Amino acid sequence: MLSRKASKDSHGQDSSYFQGWEEYEKNPYHPIQNPMGIIQMGLAENQLSFDLLESWLRRNSNTMALKKDGVSAFKDLALFQDYHGLPAFKEALVNFMTSMRENKIKYSSDKLVLTAGATAANEILMFCLTDPGQAFILPTPYYPGFDRDLKWRTGAEIVPMHCSSSNGFRITRCALEQAYQLGQELNLKIKGVLVTNPSNPLGTTMTKTELNHLLDFAIDKNIHIVSDEIYSGTVFDCSSTTSFTSIMEVLNERNNNNYNNIRNHVHMVYSLSKDLGLPGFRVGMIYSNNEKVIAAATKMSSFALISSQTQFMLSNLLSDAKFIKKYMVENQRRLKRRKDMLVRGLRKAGISCLRSNAGLFCWVDMRHLLSSDSFEAEKELWKRIVCEVGLNISPGSSCHCSQPGWFRICFANISEDALHLAMHRMKVFTSSIFSVRFPIIMMRKKSF
Amino acid sequence: MRLLSRKATCNTHGQDSSYFLGWEEYEKNPYDKVKNPNGIIQMGLAENQLSFDLLESWLAKNPDVSGFKRDGKSIFRELALFQDYHGLPLFKKALVDFMAEIRENKVTFDPNHMVLTAGATSANETLMFCVAEEGDAFLLPTPYYPGFDRDLKWRTGVEIVPIQCTSSNNFRITESALEQAYQDATKRNLRVKGVLVTNPSNPLGTTLSRNEFDLLIDFIKDKETMHLISDEIYSGTVFSSPSFVSVMEILKEMTPNDAAKIWNRVHVVYSLSKDLGLPGFRVGAIYSENDAVVAAATKMSSFGLVSSQTQYLLAAMLSDNKFTKKYISENQKRLRRRQRMLVTGLQKAGIKCLKSNAGLFCWVDMRHLLCSNTFEAEMELWKKIVYQVGLNISPGSSCHCSEPGWFRVCFANMSQDTLNVAMKRVKNFVTDSTGAECGSSSVSFTKSFSNWVFRLSSRDHRAPEER
Repeated sequence: MLSRKASKDSHGQDSSYFQGWEEYEKNPYHPIQNPMGIIQMGLAENQLSFDLLESWLRRNSNTMALKKDGVSAFKDLALFQDYHGLPAFKEALVNFMTSMRENKIKYSSDKLVLTAGATAANEILMFCLTDPGQAFILPTPYYPGFDRDLKWRTGAEIVPMHCSSSNGFRITRCALEQAYQLGQELNLKIKGVLVTNPSNPLGTTMTKTELNHLLDFAIDKNIHIVSDEIYSGTVFDCSSTTSFTSIMEVLNERNNNNYNNIRNHVHMVYSLSKDLGLPGFRVGMIYSNNEKVIAAATKMSSFALISSQTQFMLSNLLSDAKFIKKYMVENQRRLKRRKDMLVRGLRKAGISCLRSNAGLFCWVDMRHLLSSDSFEAEKELWKRIVCEVGLNISPGSSCHCSQPGWFRICFANISEDALHLAMHRMKVFTSSIFSVRFPIIMMRKKSF
Repeated sequence: MRLLSRKATCNTHGQDSSYFLGWEEYEKNPYDKVKNPNGIIQMGLAENQLSFDLLESWLAKNPDVSGFKRDGKSIFRELALFQDYHGLPLFKKALVDFMAEIRENKVTFDPNHMVLTAGATSANETLMFCVAEEGDAFLLPTPYYPGFDRDLKWRTGVEIVPIQCTSSNNFRITESALEQAYQDATKRNLRVKGVLVTNPSNPLGTTLSRNEFDLLIDFIKDKETMHLISDEIYSGTVFSSPSFVSVMEILKEMTPNDAAKIWNRVHVVYSLSKDLGLPGFRVGAIYSENDAVVAAATKMSSFGLVSSQTQYLLAAMLSDNKFTKKYISENQKRLRRRQRMLVTGLQKAGIKCLKSNAGLFCWVDMRHLLCSNTFEAEMELWKKIVYQVGLNISPGSSCHCSEPGWFRVCFANMSQDTLNVAMKRVKNFVTDSTGAECGSSSVSFTKSFSNWVFRLSSRDHRAPEER
């Protein structure tokens, strides 16, 4: 009676990943009402800088009242459903992107398509770039939501490109070729590569080397690159080796005959859900030099337009360049501080993290806590962490990681106190594991 | 290997129809009472601009709501983080209550059976994804909203097979037309997954009769895989009798045995774009008693969620029962008055409208002004009306009407003065024999026709989202 899409589990939301969510919702931590409850560390939200946004709103209450220069813009906004987007908002967005990326590229609003969140943006790009049954290569580990967003209604396939801890999960030319081969073996036409940069769940930015490998590969195979840069504003370590480089920047640096072709094959996705912490407002976008993609995506955005009320408010917010600059700097400072807290706390528990410079989470190495080098053991460990330790964290298998034992732990969606508590619980947990495994060592230590 | 997908490069988005010429002409030369009194008057936009003052006054009395405050406290953070695809509970409750109120509380809705989407555009597409496979077909009575060609077919791969309605019985759905459509689909090897009706109808402005409901129910009752989708986006615009009957009311009235056969195959689409005149806020909804449809559609709504900021504002507004009661009644009064103005004005020009009791437009009979009973003649007349009379109206062919000569003319998207000007122009056009004469196309007219053909093929133009 219903379509296959509606009846199957192809939406990908029945993975065991959601069990942790369910447990959390049954028993959520609260400092006073439920101090023994489960602490939510599986949610990549940025809750650190709302006070800054709230104070801006208080100073600019006219924006809320949908007033511009004292005159009500309500009627115009209520009627505004042009899928080209509110011009002032698009201007503000490209200026924001340009300044956030240190003015290395000038973005222009006629290459921007607004969508209700990056979720919609990614799906629309798939509809534009693939026919059903065609595939995109994705480096693992990747955001679990992609299984739904890229594949479900589009009929597209994902061919994983397995990255490993042996080289910090970096993308190599070799791994790209291997994934392409895999695609051939599976009889899938590869249409492109989709990367998340900065990476979710790794929290690392792609190096220029990696980006250039990616470009070379795409040029060689004549395929697309989609760069989901949703976390680009969360880069908190900006030394010369760890600053953020957009795919658009590397593309711009190419100055040879191949440039024209590849220029039309590179597309970027962005959103305000992570940097500004506004996932509820549904603000996403596609950026591309490819006119045909922009034309088709613009029409497709009819199915996912951003509320004009929201476009209006945020265009005012983003146009306050002075405020935004201050916000970005302070936000990044707070993110770094939190990340350092998480890393230190885990270290005290004998757990190390992948060295990261961005994102709202750390990629945590718990391989040494596994009872065996298997995903069953990872699941076992995960269940213990959710139920015994009381932390909802994300197991690497849910991100399609090829190696068991890695977990994503979020640090920006809880209070500082809750983070401290979480670290304390971890320490207690790992101490108990070690004391069980290595009782002799513990005894010896004691006698000292 | 093709660079882009077939969907991106084909024309199934349906936005290259000649319909858009009128839009372009309007945008080049828009009427303004003071600055451009000879410009083209926009009458192709099904927008409701009649009652903004009521909404604005409510907003002025409730400044806290837009300011993200509840009981004096800021709830900005909660809203900023709220992306639960189950929707803001307060908003869903307010919305189902509003929908019930529009239906005079003859039916009530359960918020747990409602899915919020970014506009009815998104709701309709999502329903197609849920109930049909690529290559399946849905039957739609003609004339229908041109946007359906994109919304229902483009990315879903679903086909539309028309149920041809004619003026001989005021465009009512007949059993033979339904059967014929089913045969047509079968001949094309298409599996029919259901019928989609817009009730009240766009572009007719009429509400479905009980007789038509009986036909539709009978049609799908024993075909166990067929669905009935009722797009009730205009339900709040019913301004005169007969009063609006929702498909949900029909279900409620059925015997338990009959209802049992179809209750989980009937789905309603709604939106605040027409009743409240808020197309920019992107508020649509799917309502269904079928849990599986609700579950799937809820997950799919991830691709088109309603901004939490907007959900909160409208939750507060629609929860104000005193306000909604006053708004619904006053809005309908104003729509009725405007429709009367249009009908009377056209009557004075010797032009009749289909008798209507709803919507933001009239379905206008200009068959007697055609040079011949053909769609070419309809196009000729339409261009005259756009260029010479200076009115952008929608030709029936763009709505897949089977008979030439019908036009949709909107009345709620302009001021009263402008409507009066439009009516004067029509009268002049009809009484002025040169203008109405056939074959009297001016040089500039033919020139702009070829310009149009050239332009359409090379430019990407804005498409009217409005219905």
